[in-house]
Amino acid sequence: MRNILTVGLTTILSAGILWASSPTDRPERTHGYGLGRPATDQEIWAWNIDVAPTGEGLPAGQGTAKQGAAIFAARCATCHGPTGQEGPMDRLVGGAGTLASQHPVKTIGSYWPFATTLYDYVHRAMPFPAPQSLLPDEVYSVVAWLLYRNGIIAEDVVVDAHSLPGISMPNRQGFLPDPRPDIPKP
Amino acid sequence: MTKYLQEERPSGDDGRPDAEGESLLNRRGLLAGAAGLVGAMLMGSVTPSAEASTEGSPEDPTRVPGAAPTAYGQRSAFEKSARIPRSWWSSLTPLQDSHGILTPSALHFERHHNGVPTIQPTRHRLLIHGMVDQPWTFILDDLKRFPSVSRLAFIECSGNSGSEWRGPAGQTAQQTHGLTSTSEWTGVALKTVLQEVGVNPDASWMLAEGSDAAAMTRSLPLAPILEEAMLCYAQNGEPLRPEQGYPLRLLIPGWEGNTCIKWLRRLKLGRAPFMTREETSQYTDLMPDGTARQFTMVMDAKSVITSPSGGQHIQPGFVEIRGLAWSGRGRITLVEVSTDGGRSWQQATLQEPILPKCHTRFHFPWQWNGEDVILQSRCLDDTGYRQPDRATLVAVRGINSVYHYNAIQSWHIAADGKVSNVHA
Repeated sequence: MRNILTVGLTTILSAGILWASSPTDRPERTHGYGLGRPATDQEIWAWNIDVAPTGEGLPAGQGTAKQGAAIFAARCATCHGPTGQEGPMDRLVGGAGTLASQHPVKTIGSYWPFATTLYDYVHRAMPFPAPQSLLPDEVYSVVAWLLYRNGIIAEDVVVDAHSLPGISMPNRQGFLPDPRPDIPKP
Repeated sequence: MTKYLQEERPSGDDGRPDAEGESLLNRRGLLAGAAGLVGAMLMGSVTPSAEASTEGSPEDPTRVPGAAPTAYGQRSAFEKSARIPRSWWSSLTPLQDSHGILTPSALHFERHHNGVPTIQPTRHRLLIHGMVDQPWTFILDDLKRFPSVSRLAFIECSGNSGSEWRGPAGQTAQQTHGLTSTSEWTGVALKTVLQEVGVNPDASWMLAEGSDAAAMTRSLPLAPILEEAMLCYAQNGEPLRPEQGYPLRLLIPGWEGNTCIKWLRRLKLGRAPFMTREETSQYTDLMPDGTARQFTMVMDAKSVITSPSGGQHIQPGFVEIRGLAWSGRGRITLVEVSTDGGRSWQQATLQEPILPKCHTRFHFPWQWNGEDVILQSRCLDDTGYRQPDRATLVAVRGINSVYHYNAIQSWHIAADGKVSNVHA
């Protein structure tokens, strides 16, 4: 797990280097206009919901696929189908080995590079009619169910802030930086 | 006159003039009382209503007093050009009806990820935190007090023309290219606001988050956006439209539309991308070998003939070919038009102003002799990039990358003058 994390971080950091700031770009603090005010801890706490690939931002709590099955059925299946494959909205499960085919099926299992993104997005934006309504244990449980149904973890794995960043996604190495211009000149 | 009187009717749906109409009549009491006929004419022509009416238009408008001033103007009731709401997620700008380079705010395309939020501007705040000297909060009035900047810029959804990857799908220019629009944007430079807060020198990425029901997020590399990015509160001289991010949005000129986070509430500085769903699962470009390109931010040069275009009919004789060209990398330097399916090309006239990262209008005078032809346009930008033909683009990217389709558009003109979308 430690190795997976290290490889992941190295790739992220090299992506960062691609766009690295030079020191002269740094916006030095001026307070020249005297506008705005310091943010309160409460203000930051209320909105600081992002989860990074390192796991930073993951809250306390935990869940397993077994617990997630019931939550998915109640809160998610209407849009994504009983097994996460039937739609009508985004297909979440399956698609392994299809990315290079004529009809790629991009799902969590076949396409998503980071397991942490699942927590971030499910909490942030799902369920569609009631975003941010799931409690941390419920989010961890749904995430566990989706990872289990995609064959990425076993059914009894406890997903929490410690385990989620170390879960290796099948398409982790599938993303490359922008190489454009990529069209040969006529 | 007879025709006019027959068409004239009271404004209210229930047959009674509305209260505002009555007060206007009272103000013009002298005229209204002078003769029944004049009063009826006034009622027909000056009674304000929620929608401008085509009813009661006089045969000779020089013989009838016109309408009274209104608080917030509307276009002529005879004009019907409209966005096409394509789904819950987006609507398309009617490029085929456009003139010049500006998109009316009411016709700017829409793309949102869980609806348009209703935000009270006095309650809206922007939080800047993470790798900064001190976390900071601004209310909208704070941001409006900073030195202001305005610029004209296009915003194009990276999915614009995405339906064309697998073959000609859209029937009109609106359906093929309607996810791009140009506005004058006004706000404060991102750099000015970040300087006010102070950014840690090790910070190289910034998460931008919206206050919509998707809490839409993108990670943005700081270095390439710092000189041009703006926090915008105005569009075409008035506050942003709700669907364009009211009361505050990010603008990164030339970058795919989804990076210009609308309803902006939070900027978090960090040392690496946050890898949100919108830059992993979405807005990544799948290549034929199964790998995907990530952080493909810039919209490459593209052009489209907006008239004649799909769904229109033309008559033999003089036809001015009109279109739009734009590049997310800079200024358009050349647009060429082909009237023979790409065998020969002729230079079009570029209409001033020719601005970087902005729609540029082009014109080309043409005589149509009634023959079956294919019209195309292609553009060049000041980086030397030339808009590719479809075969060249598909040879490199395949047909499953979803985003960033910028190939030459072909419009077929049949002998009967009907224009349709083809892939030549």
